Amino acid sequence: MHKESAIREPLILGHKTYSDITEDVCAPIEGKAPRAWYIMFGVSLLVGLYGIGCIIYLLGTGIGTWGLNKTVEWAWDITNFVWWVGIGHAGTLISAVLLLFRQRWRMAINRSAEAMTIFAVFMAGLFPLIHMGRLWVGYWVLPIPNEFGSLWVNFNSPLLWDVFAISTYLTVSVVFWYIGLIPDFATIRDRAKGAVSKKMYGILSFGWSGRAKHWNRFEIVSLVLAGLATPLVFSVHSIVSFDFATSVIPGWHTTIFPPYFVAGAVFSGFAMVQTLLLILRKGMKLEAYIHTKHVEYMNIVIMVTGSIVGVAYLTELFISWYSGVEYESYAFINRATGPYWWAYASMMTCNVISPQLMWFKKLRTSLLFTFFISIVVNIGMWFERFVIIVTSIHQDYLPSSWSMFYPTWVDIGVFIGTIGIFFAFYLAFARYFPVLAIAELKTIVKISGQSYKDGTAPGYDDHGGGSDSAVPYGEVSPEVDTDTPPDDSIKNETEDNNENTDDSSGSNE
Amino acid sequence: MSDRVIYATYDDDHTLLEGAKKLVADGVHITDVFSPFPIHGIDPVIGVKHTRMGIVAMMFAVTGLMLAVIGFQYFMIADWPMNIGGKPSFTLLQNFPSFVPIAFEFTVLFAAHGMALVYFLRNKTLPGMPADNPYPRNTDDRFTMEIRLSDNHDMSSEDLHAKIKQTGIVEIEEKDYVVIK
Repeated sequence: MHKESAIREPLILGHKTYSDITEDVCAPIEGKAPRAWYIMFGVSLLVGLYGIGCIIYLLGTGIGTWGLNKTVEWAWDITNFVWWVGIGHAGTLISAVLLLFRQRWRMAINRSAEAMTIFAVFMAGLFPLIHMGRLWVGYWVLPIPNEFGSLWVNFNSPLLWDVFAISTYLTVSVVFWYIGLIPDFATIRDRAKGAVSKKMYGILSFGWSGRAKHWNRFEIVSLVLAGLATPLVFSVHSIVSFDFATSVIPGWHTTIFPPYFVAGAVFSGFAMVQTLLLILRKGMKLEAYIHTKHVEYMNIVIMVTGSIVGVAYLTELFISWYSGVEYESYAFINRATGPYWWAYASMMTCNVISPQLMWFKKLRTSLLFTFFISIVVNIGMWFERFVIIVTSIHQDYLPSSWSMFYPTWVDIGVFIGTIGIFFAFYLAFARYFPVLAIAELKTIVKISGQSYKDGTAPGYDDHGGGSDSAVPYGEVSPEVDTDTPPDDSIKNETEDNNENTDDSSGSNE
Repeated sequence: MSDRVIYATYDDDHTLLEGAKKLVADGVHITDVFSPFPIHGIDPVIGVKHTRMGIVAMMFAVTGLMLAVIGFQYFMIADWPMNIGGKPSFTLLQNFPSFVPIAFEFTVLFAAHGMALVYFLRNKTLPGMPADNPYPRNTDDRFTMEIRLSDNHDMSSEDLHAKIKQTGIVEIEEKDYVVIK
């Protein structure tokens, strides 16, 4: 059996057997939802419905109901789009990149982070669609034969690249997420008592039975999907940044945008994961699986990506001066000292200064502080997009057309509404879906479980022996115990360990 | 004559793995293993070959890339070249830098979805399919070996029972083999 270094902190606290993991994850699904869940779901749904109302009003009236004007012709819609896409980067990053790097701490957080990703990308996708003004002709973004002559979408345009990138990212993330969910749905199906839930989880689990060959395929498919999703994650936000970087607007026309946007996306995505998971682990009593160490790991990611973002901000400032292009320099001076200085200051404080506090171990292991910083980072990242988009265009080449942007109630309603819809989706997920990857956690409980690491697990002989053989499942024949002398079995196992070193290290995901 | 099957259940993945090695060394053919999570190292023991899903993904990836390139050639070069700031747009090669992002996305799109589809079909896991794990706890904390008598002609049912009982099982059951799917 593969052993993990003793100095690594256990990923699963206390003593957990395989069935304990099943119990702990399934309990919130099988039990009644707490009152707090109904309250939160109700509020989210109401806010979401208000947002949908605003969208319908927008579609009926036209884009003129937004606060856009002749100078600032792109504002909250694209800000919100980039913000949501950025948030939607953590999930697939956690499940794909961390899978390739064999980081086991991802197993407790990947399921819920991926759910968050998918819902965030839904919200992001909404903005370009409603931005078209005519939602029902949204299919025009696809290269399909049409009645307007030889009119094709422009494959040279980053806006079209975005269409392909976002839709590929969304569907591949859904597939990746669902393939991992199937075995866990099967677990719920086999435990379900009610006829309806048995039927529903039966359909959702696709008839998964856990055969050896299926697990063999499962692992390779997950690995290949992770390999495909990793460059995909980086490509998506790079392409989102091309929307700006390939233009000729001072402040947008910047070659460092792709890596800077990707770092920012990971930064904001992890912050949103922290916000959600800190509530989830408490509400669903999953403290043994998602504990301080996981939070600390995520805080380190936030610190590193926050520092990259900080370096990018400073590089932009320096290069705008060093380039000697007066329009470029003005765009940045205007950002920092112009009428939107407060947005720039919020962005700098939230994104550059606050993650640096994570250098202190006391702070990055404090759950309350982490929660606070995660909110701060999300606010800061929204301002980052607002600063890039609005401050670059509101004072353009022609001073007579300089103007400010003021959001209308529709702008605000649509944005707040997407937050409501997002939380309603997420709460429904937490209620009906297994929020932790049950099957994956079972593969690490003996490697990273606290009781197995410190040798306190009852009946565990340090060689992977059965822990509950004292509790019979059916009838145990008496000769089972007597015929295998303990010395032999230990000897056999040590030999087999040597033989199988390659196997186990090659396939321990 | 209907086939008979023995289901030997264990409460630990490691005990099952050790048991499987012992039984295979004794000449028993293990048809399949049902487990709540992948048991690493079981595949070579019971003779499960390495999956070819990676090759499937590659084939779909190449298909996706080719379709994308054919699309670019037709839409943007043959049918309606677009002059954008005088950039070269009259041959595929000259215009290709602009097409790299979509070529990549389309390749990933095809590879991921094609592989997932083949994975579902080969596993026979599709919405509404019945499950065929012998015990409900196979998806919780029980690990079951399936040993068909038709695969072990040279051994009697009693022999098999005796051999299996030496491997740390928690339950053993023999019944008629029913094909569910």
